[in-house]
Amino acid sequence: MNRAALLVLADGRFPAGGHAHSGGAEEAVTAGRVRDVASLEAFCRGRLHTAGLVAAGLAAAAAAGYDPLLLEEAADARTAAPALRYTSRRLGRQLLRAARAAWPCAALDALATARPRGAHQPVVLGLAARCAGLTPLDAAHAATYESIGGPVTAAVRLLRLDPFDATAVLARLAPDMDHVAAEAADAAQRVQADGPAALPAASAPLLDITAEQHAVRGARLFAS
Amino acid sequence: MTLAAVPPSSPLPTVPTVPGVRATARIRAIRAGDTTVLPTLVGDGPFDLRRARPHGSQARVCILAAMSAPLGGDRLRIDATAKHGADLHITTAAATIALRGPTTAHATYDVHLRLAEHARLHWLPHPLISAARSNLRQSCTIDLAATARLVLREETVLGRAGEGPGRLSTRLTVRRDGRPLLEQQATFGPGAPGWDGPAVLADHRAIGQILIVDPTLEHRPPHARLLGDDPATGQAVLTPLAGPALLITALAPDTLRLRRLLDAAHPIG
Repeated sequence: MNRAALLVLADGRFPAGGHAHSGGAEEAVTAGRVRDVASLEAFCRGRLHTAGLVAAGLAAAAAAGYDPLLLEEAADARTAAPALRYTSRRLGRQLLRAARAAWPCAALDALATARPRGAHQPVVLGLAARCAGLTPLDAAHAATYESIGGPVTAAVRLLRLDPFDATAVLARLAPDMDHVAAEAADAAQRVQADGPAALPAASAPLLDITAEQHAVRGARLFAS
Repeated sequence: MTLAAVPPSSPLPTVPTVPGVRATARIRAIRAGDTTVLPTLVGDGPFDLRRARPHGSQARVCILAAMSAPLGGDRLRIDATAKHGADLHITTAAATIALRGPTTAHATYDVHLRLAEHARLHWLPHPLISAARSNLRQSCTIDLAATARLVLREETVLGRAGEGPGRLSTRLTVRRDGRPLLEQQATFGPGAPGWDGPAVLADHRAIGQILIVDPTLEHRPPHARLLGDDPATGQAVLTPLAGPALLITALAPDTLRLRRLLDAAHPIG
């Protein structure tokens, strides 16, 4: 058990490229659906319980040692929008580079060889957690935190929100994050017996629609 | 009538089992020469299955729900199989309305569709409406052989006019040649976190999907396409899946505008 490694992995300064992505927050701001602290919190709650839960399930299963290539397939089936599959693989590729430097490990090398153009980010995150000596629940926590940490940071820049107010959003959602991470880790325990169908697949129609809107938008601050 | 219509607080008499209907509809289509025949077409409980006029080699079935269903506690199931080369078209006669019924317990409504090699299935039910205080878990599980083709359209409305929705959870699982192709879950209504927020539905209350699975899409995958640029009348996106399939996801304020968006994205005759 090496709990401090979780802080390293989940740190926003970990060089995995996440700072260039808003997790759909930029498009929600452009559409006027996120305009203040209250609507940011509602956005984050929805994202956490959909995309965040799915990412946490995949990450926990990878951290539990389940076949990452079967999880790749499960991630594809849970990601209807091609813009989101592209973003996930791009982020996965950058995370894989950073993780291989931080926690050299044969499993990460094998994934890089099998998926030279990038593996899905939550799968890489879970495998990196495993190589760092972390548990499936730790990996799920890292994924849930990341699913809303990025949008909150992006919204501070996009809306010039008070960073204190924005951090309070994350703090208020902490019990939800615990709940989602526990649900994801529970599901990951059933994967060896029931296959990836046991993993959460919560969808968010607006995140799918707006991801494709954002992908064709010319002037934008964030890549996704 | 008084405004103090508070339900009695005395506990209901203990019942040994949850009340509710258990019913299954079974449809099996096989290819016979140039036509598709239906050796199995049976339904109990609320299900009344009717043969509709065939369309060329395509057999057509209409599912009538003779009673109001599903109510809390009901266990409803539809099993449809299109065997090798069969061409089957299934609709429902009217919208399915989930209501509260005699208990707050959830109802289940499970649809299983199986398509053998070279089979084709159109699954085009009328909308599912989640009425206030209802509690429904709906699932649709589809297994396709590698050469099978599917056209699915599903529409969901959260709440009747002027009311909020009940609690509704849905799951769509599509496997092609034994591999996962599409896996989606959703939970809406009271107690579901974030569903009406700006990441999931915002203020849209009608949700629709068209799923097309066709092996020929492997060679000519569609490009992602956006439809409807005014959020007041709804918006939709057509997306190629990671396999020979495309999914149209539409959100609108009501069924009329939802159907208009879905028809614009992919007309189904």
